[in-house]
Amino acid sequence: MLLSIRSLSKSFPGTKALQGVDFDLAAGEVHGLLGENGAGKSTLIKCLTGAYRRDGGEMFLQGHSINPTSTAEAQTLGIGTVYQEVNLLPNMTVAQNLTFGSEPRRFGLVDARMQSRKAREILAPYGIGIDVDRDLGAYPVAIRQIVAIARAVELSGKVLILDEPTASLDAAEVRLLFSIVGRLRDEGLGIIFVSHFLNQVFELCDRVTVLRNGRKIVTAETAQLDRLRLISHMLGRELEEAERHDRGASGQNAERREPMIRFEGLGRAGMIEPFDLSVERGEVIGLAGLLGSGRTETAQLMFGVRSAGSGTTEDAQGRVAHGSPREAIAAGFGFAPEERKADGIAAELSVRENIILALQARRGWMSRIPRAEQERLAAHYIEKLDIRTSDAEKAIGDLSGGNQQKVVLARWLAMNPRFLILDEPTRGIDVGAHAEILRLIHEITAEGMSILVISSELDELVAVCDRVIVLRDRRHVAELVGEDVSTDAIVRAIAKPDAAKVVEPA
Amino acid sequence: MGRMARRLAPQILTLAALVALVSVFFPNFINISFDGSRFVGPIIDVLKRSAPIALLAVGMTLVIATRGIDLSVGTVMAIAGAVAAWAITSGLGLPLTLALALAAGLAAGLWNGALVAIIGIQPIVATLILMTSGRGIAQLITEGRILTFSDPGFAFIGSGAVFGIPFPTVLWMATAVAFAVLMRRTALGLLIEATGVNRAASALAGVNATVILIAVYMASGLCAALAGIVTTADIRGADANNAGLWLELDAILAVVIGGNSLLGGRFSIAGSILGALIIQTINTGIVLSGFPSEYNLVIKAGLVIIILVLQSPNLSADWIYLRSVLLPRRAD
Amino acid sequence: MMKTLLTGAALLALTATASAQTVGFSQIGSESGWRAAETTLTRQQAEERGYTLQFSDAQQRQENQIAAIRSFIAQDVDAILLAPVVATGWDSVLQEAKEAEIPVVLLDRQVDSSDDLYLTAVGSDLVHEGRVAGEWLVGDVGDADCRIVELQGTTGSSPAIDRANGFREAIEGHANLEIVRSQTGDFTRSGGKQVMESFLQAEGGGAEICALYAHNDDMAIGAIQAIKEAGLRPGEDIRVVSIDAVPDIFQAMAAGEANATVELTPNMAGPAFDALEAFWADGTMPEKFIQTDSRLYTQADDPAGEYEARKDLGY
Repeated sequence: MLLSIRSLSKSFPGTKALQGVDFDLAAGEVHGLLGENGAGKSTLIKCLTGAYRRDGGEMFLQGHSINPTSTAEAQTLGIGTVYQEVNLLPNMTVAQNLTFGSEPRRFGLVDARMQSRKAREILAPYGIGIDVDRDLGAYPVAIRQIVAIARAVELSGKVLILDEPTASLDAAEVRLLFSIVGRLRDEGLGIIFVSHFLNQVFELCDRVTVLRNGRKIVTAETAQLDRLRLISHMLGRELEEAERHDRGASGQNAERREPMIRFEGLGRAGMIEPFDLSVERGEVIGLAGLLGSGRTETAQLMFGVRSAGSGTTEDAQGRVAHGSPREAIAAGFGFAPEERKADGIAAELSVRENIILALQARRGWMSRIPRAEQERLAAHYIEKLDIRTSDAEKAIGDLSGGNQQKVVLARWLAMNPRFLILDEPTRGIDVGAHAEILRLIHEITAEGMSILVISSELDELVAVCDRVIVLRDRRHVAELVGEDVSTDAIVRAIAKPDAAKVVEPA
Repeated sequence: MGRMARRLAPQILTLAALVALVSVFFPNFINISFDGSRFVGPIIDVLKRSAPIALLAVGMTLVIATRGIDLSVGTVMAIAGAVAAWAITSGLGLPLTLALALAAGLAAGLWNGALVAIIGIQPIVATLILMTSGRGIAQLITEGRILTFSDPGFAFIGSGAVFGIPFPTVLWMATAVAFAVLMRRTALGLLIEATGVNRAASALAGVNATVILIAVYMASGLCAALAGIVTTADIRGADANNAGLWLELDAILAVVIGGNSLLGGRFSIAGSILGALIIQTINTGIVLSGFPSEYNLVIKAGLVIIILVLQSPNLSADWIYLRSVLLPRRAD
Repeated sequence: MMKTLLTGAALLALTATASAQTVGFSQIGSESGWRAAETTLTRQQAEERGYTLQFSDAQQRQENQIAAIRSFIAQDVDAILLAPVVATGWDSVLQEAKEAEIPVVLLDRQVDSSDDLYLTAVGSDLVHEGRVAGEWLVGDVGDADCRIVELQGTTGSSPAIDRANGFREAIEGHANLEIVRSQTGDFTRSGGKQVMESFLQAEGGGAEICALYAHNDDMAIGAIQAIKEAGLRPGEDIRVVSIDAVPDIFQAMAAGEANATVELTPNMAGPAFDALEAFWADGTMPEKFIQTDSRLYTQADDPAGEYEARKDLGY
């Protein structure tokens, strides 16, 4: 083995990022590293490149134990890394970037002619005829990526780590990159390939390792693995497992209800392909898909966070404008975003102020909600949602994640919206609050509100949703209704389009 | 009321300590007399001379609450003063003169606000543009000289008195009260604080953060124009080179001494006003105490450092800790 | 041009008298009314003498001045007037002018270069100005006791230091004159007014102040307002003497509110052109420093007329 990692462990306060992970990389192999957010991929890579010090375990490179303490040391050992955001200097020339730190010198000064020649030699095998004396920033991302790879291979030469290298490349550029990676493999490099794009993983990788919650789940030959199995490894759903069908009351009566809002052809280039979606009164719609499949983007278009490039939205009264959050709110939409701290709460302000914020914004600055009314609203929702806070004047930043989420929910419930979008409503909150939020979703739909839930927790979607839309590669690819909603069906739909019944929205 | 008093206690104590300190060097500092038409005395001078800083601090407080900063206020003072002097010498009459000067301040604020909120330039950079180029605009208006006037109505704004109180004092007090009431009786205060704490979250909650941001920069421009009018009326002339020079820094300092965080969020106009009074007490105190000019900045800097250190949250935490350690022992 | 073939000052003078002179003037900028007046007067002087004046405003930047001088050299002007923005960094460009045999006259400020690189420097003596102001006060007060308050210029600036020293030299040995308070007013009207208010507070409402000495007229004008607002009569209850002789101080003097001012003449070009003409005519080398008059004006010198004469100079 070129590289062996044995029972690698790394903890951060509050989380165990890696627990006893084994990983092997052979020379002349492309090894895919897969996992959802928080699975431990980037921690593993950072331990390998010396950015983090491991807590436990061992790493061997060509049989020798290694213990890099910096990326520079890892490079000298032979481990080079290329990130999605190329970490080179765009305002220096290609040649300077390629020889940075090892400039050819004559009489103590950098020899620019030699430098250019050396750069051309380094780049020659990559088949990109570029002028090495121009600034790196003048070239497109794909070229910069290849320059970064060339530099990493030149400096390190044993292990090459590619972290999401294709995320900002187009199809032709991906082909170019793949041909280069293929050549490097044939020359005997060991390559670790991190990507969310399963097609690319299947095309390029000889083997894959799946991490989940800081543990290694499986390492397998790509040829012996199908997409379905791979996805169920990533999401942690064993297909054999019996369906836990604890569907709520709303799930059983799947008869069509009164349509309320219809999105048609809503889309935006580079974010999500145009989709149709009809929302019925009092229903819970789930959005399922892997990270980067376009779930959050769908919500953002609906709420006007990003403006849609195409599409129309109608309700019984006619066209609905939702080109900005303010328009969306005027149309009766609400949105509890995924990044609660960054986009949801105003941490320094009190629970009361956070609850009334949207209501006050809609009323306008002139008509302030009287203080007594503010306190009444705050008290009402603190009790109704069981928000654990010493009093309504406490800064929301001091509350636990679950209680913060409940405050954000209260903010929207106070608005009495007709359509509420919840992006990962249970992420990062404790088990008790988790169950309460799911119970709340049931309660509020009983009052006629419609809800769209985005979640990576398939159990959660199965438990609360009347319908689940499955997304893959920034497209809505399948819709599961009523009895068809199951973790099994969702995983199959994520894996391949023909595995689940595709219902075109009426 | 109790909460407000607690919030402002450090500033009030600082001001009282400073008054005591200046009185050591200049015993008549707190003497106030009535000369038949108006009150006179060093304290009255402080209340009058703090007008520009206090007015600027009111607007600056709002800008800083949105996590911004307005470096252009000193320059806007010069522009508004130049506009006012030009208008009054052109015979436009006092009401139109004041309206034009205030409009100039609002226009400057609109420019800053648009750069920050719509174009998305960092506030410190956006307002630096006007800070550096605006004096040129003011000089164009005054044609490079001190544009003097003798209109008694306009001069009253600088040196008149209402019920014996200098008019500039009345003006800054009224402005501060008006803004404080506007902030707390309407929802503007909350919306500004929410925008300052988390613009993204506020926008998603439907707060029109763009309009809020433009509005606070316009408020700052308006306050700067008022300060410029007072300064111009005071010397009966528009001095484009010197009016409001470096005053933006005193205004920012006043806001900070007033206990407002440069990171935005919760703000107190009353705190900033106390900060302005603290700074002006230092300024006037230095002159009254009769130290040579060479020491002015050193003394001012020294006092400001002491004040900020005493107010720092770290130190107060240490103090609470020290007390908890020391007091039980003393009880033994 | 024919001139390039000729050498020597005498031959140079031949061509000089043969055609209208061209003079390049690199001005610092227009940061004050005084400087605007200097520019106006230089233009007037050039016009009166029939010169062509090439004017360049450097906007406070030395590199602009150096570029302007190079361009004057390239145009082969007959002389260069330079009001230098800073004292250092002129050696090479002055050397270029010297090699091109173009005389350079410094206006108003000095440079740190060797004095053979320029023809002469025209300027005022700041210490002398302070001295003239002090001497006037000594004479005006006579034997009476006089408590003086002083409004200083910007702390650390050379006019502030020199004008303070000159004034002190003049009142030295006159035990009845005493500077009791001294504070900076930053050369501005607003500063002068604010500091004067404090002086009045500190000195028994102004009753104990006999005279005000201000390092420039603008501060004096601000202080005059403060004195009036304190219910005193400037010019009578408190003598006011200052330096610069800007138009507005003549208005105050005409109204009896200021007593005396010492002129810092903006007419630096007049003496400069006189020296240049002598040099062009027969190569006469002037002194290396030509001091302008520091003339004293009092209420007896027709202040209203002086105001009229100066108000359009751009102050």
